[in-house]
Amino acid sequence: MSKLLFIAFYESDLSAAPGFAKALGIDYDTFLAPSVPSDVFAKELAKIATGYSYIASPSSMKSKDALPYLAGLLDTPMVTDVISVVSPTTFKRPIYAGSMIATVETIGNPVVITFRPNGFEKGLPVSASTVTLEFTEASNVKVVSESNRGTGRPDLGSAKIVVSGGRPLKEAATFESVIGGFADSLGAAVGATRAAVDSGIAPNELQVGQTGKVVVPDLYIAAGISGSTQHMAGIKDSKVIVAINTDANAPIFEMADLGLVGDLYTVLPELQTELKS
Amino acid sequence: MQMKVMVPIKRVVDPYAKVRPLADGSAVDTTGAKFEINPFDEIAVEEAVRLKEKGIATEIVVVSIGKSESEEQLRKALAIGADRAILLETDMVTDSSVIAECLKQIVSTEQPALILMGKQATDDDANQAGQMLAAKLGWPIATFAAKVEVNGTNVSVTRETDTGEQVVELVTPAIITTDLRLNEPRYVALPGIIKARSKPLIRQAVTTESSSKVNMTHVELPPSRPVGRKVGNVAELAAAIKERGVL
Repeated sequence: MSKLLFIAFYESDLSAAPGFAKALGIDYDTFLAPSVPSDVFAKELAKIATGYSYIASPSSMKSKDALPYLAGLLDTPMVTDVISVVSPTTFKRPIYAGSMIATVETIGNPVVITFRPNGFEKGLPVSASTVTLEFTEASNVKVVSESNRGTGRPDLGSAKIVVSGGRPLKEAATFESVIGGFADSLGAAVGATRAAVDSGIAPNELQVGQTGKVVVPDLYIAAGISGSTQHMAGIKDSKVIVAINTDANAPIFEMADLGLVGDLYTVLPELQTELKS
Repeated sequence: MQMKVMVPIKRVVDPYAKVRPLADGSAVDTTGAKFEINPFDEIAVEEAVRLKEKGIATEIVVVSIGKSESEEQLRKALAIGADRAILLETDMVTDSSVIAECLKQIVSTEQPALILMGKQATDDDANQAGQMLAAKLGWPIATFAAKVEVNGTNVSVTRETDTGEQVVELVTPAIITTDLRLNEPRYVALPGIIKARSKPLIRQAVTTESSSKVNMTHVELPPSRPVGRKVGNVAELAAAIKERGVL
């Protein structure tokens, strides 16, 4: 029997389950993961994992923390960031910051997978049964504290509109008022470049790119972003990319659908007015 | 108190270089490419060296698994401040599970108290080896570290999460995978690299029986985006955005 165990680390992950199961062409069970350290999670899951041919979850820092641990315990193949299913043992995934797409073959079961949901159909799970597990294993990691910087803004990963800023914003307060303010006027999520995060202008969870979050909005507005390969890796599946930059030769203009050479400090307020009119 | 730190590093194509598939799509074309230490691993080396400078780490062993040329990256790690290097020489391209097996083999002889390694390599972007090694060793792990504080056998790690930060405590022996904000690796000047040539580097054969469970069979370029256009002013930009129906 071939079956998928779909793991949701977040409630919002659930909508990706039916589409991914359909791509594999099999039935699935869902499991809503509790907030526990990755070693405990993996040890408990390992007890039921061999009853499945696939164990998959949408890509997130949580799934990328816990699922490789599970694959290590099971000594089973793992494929990160799957974007399409070619056959039951063949998958496509981005490599080199998305500048190439690799096709990989897996040997053995269960195959552990994290995948990018945007490549698959979305919909709410209907017929799937829910797995419950009692967590009895002790962790050898002690969680001391946790901070969730909830902003009240839409989630980056699922937002329809994302507005991102780069290092030209210079300081956190400016970033928040200029990028955050403009984003709020559109009901958009806020993103940032690695450079902006590294220099303390924006918090780390807003980083978009190869090593940050991958976003797939209908509209991505990049303000003061030059467009490094690392950043573009996180945005290139957006429907419409808009670039605003003072440097007419910035690489972002090569990938943007709409570009405007100009100063974001004057462009954004004007654009806000124009878009509302 | 003795604290040996092991830092596995990977030789990768310069992450800022443009790379393409070979014409037949069988592999990535690395002809003429410049190679570097995987940037996340370099952050791990830097963190280990800082621990040694603070008098916490007593010895730093860097390890690489790969082609003979990986010596170049091991030498650079020695120049940053590692004490000695081990090269597990193989021409095979392996998946993360084999890398974890190889590292486990070295751990059994080296017995480090702490393993610091990059959260992912910038070539295959897999983000697996550290977690798999932790599973195989049964050691505690903290991934995506933004801050590391060692206090005897206790290690406090601030981790980056999807929504903010988490602070965890581990008891050594333990594994930490590094994220970008942990530190900024130092620049190593030429004299340092020359001096590092006298530090010990040994070559060993891979002895693990395990083989890759994930094999790359084809590489291609992603579909390219349609060519965009520049607009002349804000009004034009607003009109074009509205026209696309994406608001």
